[in-house]
Amino acid sequence: MNQLAIRSLSKSFGAFKVFEGLNLAADSGEIVVIFGGSGTGKTILLRMIAGVEEPTSGHVEIAGENATDVAPEHRGIGMAFQNFALFPHMSASENIAAPLRAARAAEAEVESGVSRVARLLKIDHVLGHTPRELSNGQKQRTALARALAAEPKILLLDDPLRNVDAKLRFEMRLELPRLLRQSGATVLYVTQDYKEAMALADRIAVLSGGKFVQVAAPEDIYMAPATLTVAKLFGDPSINMVETTVRTAGKSATVDILGESVEIPASYAAYAGRKVAFCVRPEAVSLAHKSDGLHCEVQAVTPLNERVVLLLKSTGGWEFLSSLPSSAAIPTTGEKLRASFASKGTHLFDLETGERLDG
Amino acid sequence: MDHTSPLEKLIRAALLAIVIIFFMFPIAWIVLMSFQTNESILRIPPSLIFTPTIENYVALITGEMRTAAGSLKLDFMRNLWNSVLLSSASVAVSLLLGVPAAYAFARFKFRLGEDIAFTLLSFRFAPPLLVLLPLSLYFKTLGLTNTYIGLIWVYQLICLPLILWIVRGYFEDLSPDIEHAHRIAGYNWFQTFWKIAIPLALPGIAAAGLLAFIFAWNNFVFALVLASADKQPVTVGALAFVTASGIQYGQIAAAIIFSIIPTFVLAMFAQRYLVEGLSLGAVKG
Repeated sequence: MNQLAIRSLSKSFGAFKVFEGLNLAADSGEIVVIFGGSGTGKTILLRMIAGVEEPTSGHVEIAGENATDVAPEHRGIGMAFQNFALFPHMSASENIAAPLRAARAAEAEVESGVSRVARLLKIDHVLGHTPRELSNGQKQRTALARALAAEPKILLLDDPLRNVDAKLRFEMRLELPRLLRQSGATVLYVTQDYKEAMALADRIAVLSGGKFVQVAAPEDIYMAPATLTVAKLFGDPSINMVETTVRTAGKSATVDILGESVEIPASYAAYAGRKVAFCVRPEAVSLAHKSDGLHCEVQAVTPLNERVVLLLKSTGGWEFLSSLPSSAAIPTTGEKLRASFASKGTHLFDLETGERLDG
Repeated sequence: MDHTSPLEKLIRAALLAIVIIFFMFPIAWIVLMSFQTNESILRIPPSLIFTPTIENYVALITGEMRTAAGSLKLDFMRNLWNSVLLSSASVAVSLLLGVPAAYAFARFKFRLGEDIAFTLLSFRFAPPLLVLLPLSLYFKTLGLTNTYIGLIWVYQLICLPLILWIVRGYFEDLSPDIEHAHRIAGYNWFQTFWKIAIPLALPGIAAAGLLAFIFAWNNFVFALVLASADKQPVTVGALAFVTASGIQYGQIAAAIIFSIIPTFVLAMFAQRYLVEGLSLGAVKG
């Protein structure tokens, strides 16, 4: 049974449709990341699940029951807001205790509950402070603690790392998966940071253009993006792209990259004549001095963490990136090489529909 | 570090002194008047040197006014009590009705919501006299003339729009997410209103209440037309000092001092609630 499901959920404000016909189901204990840019309605979606926003149509199911007529206080949900939304006139510990008190827990239980989550989130030393006296990181942890305090079956986290500094975000990205697993709750986690999504998710639901364009495990999203949009959203540096047409010569298939022909797996031959976007992940680009492959020249070399990113330009003028491990032999600026593309990181997308073509 | 030069300090002090003298002069003058007899107030040329007397205050408290023409009965203490009663009861009723209404207008979209809110505000546009004429006829029919209830009701015209609009603004400034978070934490609508919205809007509610109290306190024309002597507040009661044998300036001054005290005390008390910023730091800006 699904712990949480949304059934053809739609929301519009007047003529403006935020999203339409969203379907998603999450099992008990599953972490589903809802990924999408700003203004795609991720926050509105979470609010609807929490019951503080009305859907235009469709409904939310909690533990298999239609929750349309269930008030927010009876949904058994914990939620952390992007802006923290702490109660400013209560201390951190009173904030965290609020859901426990609402459940009419005995005073001893409230106390032990608060100190349990406070220790878990390492804020036990600031429990007496008011939200005003907390740093952003502490506010964020307090908000998270409040969401976790009553051990809800469903946890909604609205971009909780958005407003904290880079160092803390990195730490929390490491800590959160363990914390969330420990809670055992079904988690819907909203973010616009693809690394966060990859690090946390059992499944990622990519929200774009008012619908889920792909719902899949992080590896699948990365290695087999359903559409061009998804391919572009995931990856840093982002995927290389050039518009071209599929051609066939005998049994093999090629694409023309600004005047130069590049061989692609023969299985793409079925799409002969189709206008496509030829996309290749920077890490699937390998460079060598050899007799075949795309002619190119190194334009710039930029170290990026444990990898080196090279900006390359083909003879025809296509600029693309290659990402090599720092341990590899790194060509220098101005060097002329041949580039070849590993089939695993190379995709063709139909230019009109944006959908990936199976090769 | 202090970057102000001595000259700047001097100019600042001088300007402050001018402002303070400008605003405090009438009050100081009234305080002085209240300790003088009518004769010493009216002497020409006026002088700051006089023998202080508490005669005016005694007259107000005992309710006996001695004029050149003889002794007159005075109901000033009764008027003062009426003012306190009418103003506080009106503000209390207004808060009771206005605060929930303000919350509704701030948080919920409903049919004609804006129009209703504006209509309530428009009560303050109309000259009171325009309303009074028909109102006095209704009051006669309903038997509300010269009753506290009737006056408190009419005073809602003064207090309610003020409280509604000021408090509404405060509610609108609160992040709805804080209230949503409280609902999701497991509290129903009313608990959230009571535990979150009211405490966070308290500075606004206090400010609106204080303003409404002052407006109600200073009202003159409603009570003049709709009430007779035993229900009239100080503003109307002060008319009694204009007697056949002249205006009793000293007693007027003493009466003013008396009638300032309640609003003054209230303002001092409410001051700590008027300090804004309670909700700062809760929501990331």
